[in-house]
Amino acid sequence: MPQIFHPAMNTVARLTVFGAAFGVVGTIVLFYEYSRSPFQTEVNVVREQPVQFSHEHHSGQLGIDCRYCHTTVENGPFANIPPTHTCMSCHSQIWADSPMLKPVRDSLASGEPLRWERVHDLPDFAYFEHGIHIQKGVGCASCHGRVDEMPLTWKAEPLTMEWCLDCHRHPETHLRPRSEIFNMEYSLPEREQNMVGKRLVREYGVQSGYYLTNCTVCHR
Amino acid sequence: MRAWFGLIPLAFLAGCRNDMYDQPRYEPLEPGSHLIGPSSARPLLPGTVARSENRVLGAFDTGLSNGKLTEELPLKIDRAVLERGAERYGIFCTPCHGATGDGRGMIVQRGFSPPPSLHTKELREAPAGHFFDVITNGHGAMYSYAARVPTRDRWAITAYIRALQLSQNAHVKDLDPEDQARLAEIKP
Repeated sequence: MPQIFHPAMNTVARLTVFGAAFGVVGTIVLFYEYSRSPFQTEVNVVREQPVQFSHEHHSGQLGIDCRYCHTTVENGPFANIPPTHTCMSCHSQIWADSPMLKPVRDSLASGEPLRWERVHDLPDFAYFEHGIHIQKGVGCASCHGRVDEMPLTWKAEPLTMEWCLDCHRHPETHLRPRSEIFNMEYSLPEREQNMVGKRLVREYGVQSGYYLTNCTVCHR
Repeated sequence: MRAWFGLIPLAFLAGCRNDMYDQPRYEPLEPGSHLIGPSSARPLLPGTVARSENRVLGAFDTGLSNGKLTEELPLKIDRAVLERGAERYGIFCTPCHGATGDGRGMIVQRGFSPPPSLHTKELREAPAGHFFDVITNGHGAMYSYAARVPTRDRWAITAYIRALQLSQNAHVKDLDPEDQARLAEIKP
């Protein structure tokens, strides 16, 4: 009986075995890693903005409260970007001739809003209410990172569904007292956090993980 | 044939579009079209009244009573109002007026025109409506804060300014005898 397979087929066979084991797994791993990498989530990626605004300077060094500009974060569904009028309440006098701020002055004069690029943009199929997170004790830094240390603004967290669910499953691991929401330096050792967190979950009436992970909470 | 199966995952890539991520509807403050103007958040027409605002404007809404700046605070002042006022004062006023109201806040230290101290005789005697009016309409170099601070918060801030003024101009003899005794102990 003649030989059916040419000896070179040995290599093909090995490749097939290798491919079945590592090729498929590798592809899955690749997709898994890619969808969580900064290429996809834009974590730590600085967005080009019309004006090079530094949170590090305004919030960190000058100590201006977040809410001076982001006035609706506590109660609104949408955390607002301030209108040009807010910028100009100081820059009408400070750095009033700076070429860097020319777009701001032009915007006030013409009434044409500045086109800030959104850094935190959730997909449109995810319902998100900013105010309720503040009211239930989620601090700024928990989702936005140390914005007061960012010379330009970037995303500190991936805002993937997996990331949202981490906290929705175990809110006690992240909640803080309402008085500390805007304190960028607040953090507790893990054991203490869990104790405080569990107390706050009861005190603030935070729903159980079962309810918070219901599909319709975010996908309405 | 088999080798081609490896390419199947690639076929899924062709399905990767972001239509659902970015649906054809406006998000708040998104750039608008020629139909609605530069932003999806359209500017308010003059005279727009929010649902939460009073239809018939009184001293609470305008700071005026009988055509003059109101002397009295037109809301009940309790601890919660003062605490709210202290918080809002901290957010919106301290950058220039400073935590004590001396007019030496951080932005003034960086070159903004210094506002008068809130503890001058003139401002201590000013009617409550004056502070409300300045927050609402701006004054000198100070812009209007009406868009940032809702009406009730403006009164809360005004109430807190009164508390600040008291704190900087109180006499020892105004204290409880108990507190006076404690103060005497501390004094060297």
